[in-house]
Amino acid sequence: MINKKVQNVGEALHDIKDGVTIMLGGFGLCGIPENSINELVKKGTTNLTCISNNAGVDDFGLGLLLQKKQIKKMISSYVGENAEFERQMLSGELEVELTPQGTLAEKCRAAQAGIPAFFTPAGYGTEVAEGKEAREFNGKMHIMEEAFKAEFSIVKAWKGDEAGNLIFKGTARNFNSCMAGAAKITIAEVEELVPAGELDPNQIHIPGIFVQRIFQGERYEKRIEQRTVRQRS
Amino acid sequence: MALGKEQIAKRIAKEVKDGYFVNLGIGIPTLVANYVRHDISVEFQSENGVLGMGPFPFEGEEDADIINAGKQTITTLPGASFFDSALSFGMIRAQKVDLTILGAMEVAENGDIANWKIPGKMVKGMGGAMDLVASAENIIVAMMHVNKAGESKLLKRCSLPLTGVGCVKKVVTELAVLEIVPEGFKLLERAPGVTVEDIIKATEGNLIIEGDIPEMVID
Repeated sequence: MINKKVQNVGEALHDIKDGVTIMLGGFGLCGIPENSINELVKKGTTNLTCISNNAGVDDFGLGLLLQKKQIKKMISSYVGENAEFERQMLSGELEVELTPQGTLAEKCRAAQAGIPAFFTPAGYGTEVAEGKEAREFNGKMHIMEEAFKAEFSIVKAWKGDEAGNLIFKGTARNFNSCMAGAAKITIAEVEELVPAGELDPNQIHIPGIFVQRIFQGERYEKRIEQRTVRQRS
Repeated sequence: MALGKEQIAKRIAKEVKDGYFVNLGIGIPTLVANYVRHDISVEFQSENGVLGMGPFPFEGEEDADIINAGKQTITTLPGASFFDSALSFGMIRAQKVDLTILGAMEVAENGDIANWKIPGKMVKGMGGAMDLVASAENIIVAMMHVNKAGESKLLKRCSLPLTGVGCVKKVVTELAVLEIVPEGFKLLERAPGVTVEDIIKATEGNLIIEGDIPEMVID
């Protein structure tokens, strides 16, 4: 067993320098690597390019990095929940590349799978297609999209072991599973880190080969963005 | 009487057939799930990675790890599954999802749709909408017929940046049900008490009216 365990978030993120490109898992606030984001805020790493489906909310998740102007560029599909983001984008302070969500996921998966580019119908005929190669397959137009290239990928899982194997829970799997192994170095933070051998190999979602460093997050707030309930009748 | 949001959702629910996998967008489309007949089998897909979505949880049973694409807490039904975002859009692109219901700011008579950006004013992003409209075979748009300024949202050509081209099949508004055919918006039904003249006035795009237009039946 090759041990990927590091002691804490500081050790896991020690070589993340200004100006790097980082993929961050999560959908909305669900499954975001909370501990790592807080550490980036603490470190004050700046000029970051962040690839993440959303940009957090004003006071949680990536919104914390936006508040401190640590992000130079965001690559996302939906940023509607963050007023500070919208302000920085409309004023031109923040560079933004909006990407259709399925394309965003596939650009991660392609990087993870060693595929340099792929064709998708999403965005054909829209401004997303500008400057991209278009080709017809089976009578339908598609545009070419390239795999992401990033220095770091930071993902959050429910359980992990020292070998870097990951298991996700519920819809917190989202982009975490696609981003694991999609960058040069993948850092996984987990709610529960166990010794190798304790997780059933049949239940592993992401094999440890895709993960270089793993640590157990100190604390998870797991904030709910839209708490919706029904009445007991 | 123009329909309310719940009634639009009720009308659209009639389009959901037995055996369908359905993706619901944010807003009025989310309400459709409440009105689908109970004697048919339908599974709701949410692009953030769940098939077999159930109702909202009871208070105290919310799980931060189980949400829908609108970031709302949800539950799952027997037979449900979770998966990652790439697989989720795989099933969308591969047309395993039978029906997509989403909102729009504008729809054009050729089936173009715009719903993600107002240049210089509002940019929320396209989320999964571009992927959904580019691949889904059956797309129904739930929207208001006119905007707050009273201008038609059913146009000859969209004025806003497009989400997809030539993809919308049907539109349900507070005034009417319309099908998109090669010549434009074909009027199928009108809301109870709404006249054909009301609909003509509210529609900028080419409106096709053939014979008597029945009133919608909403239980």
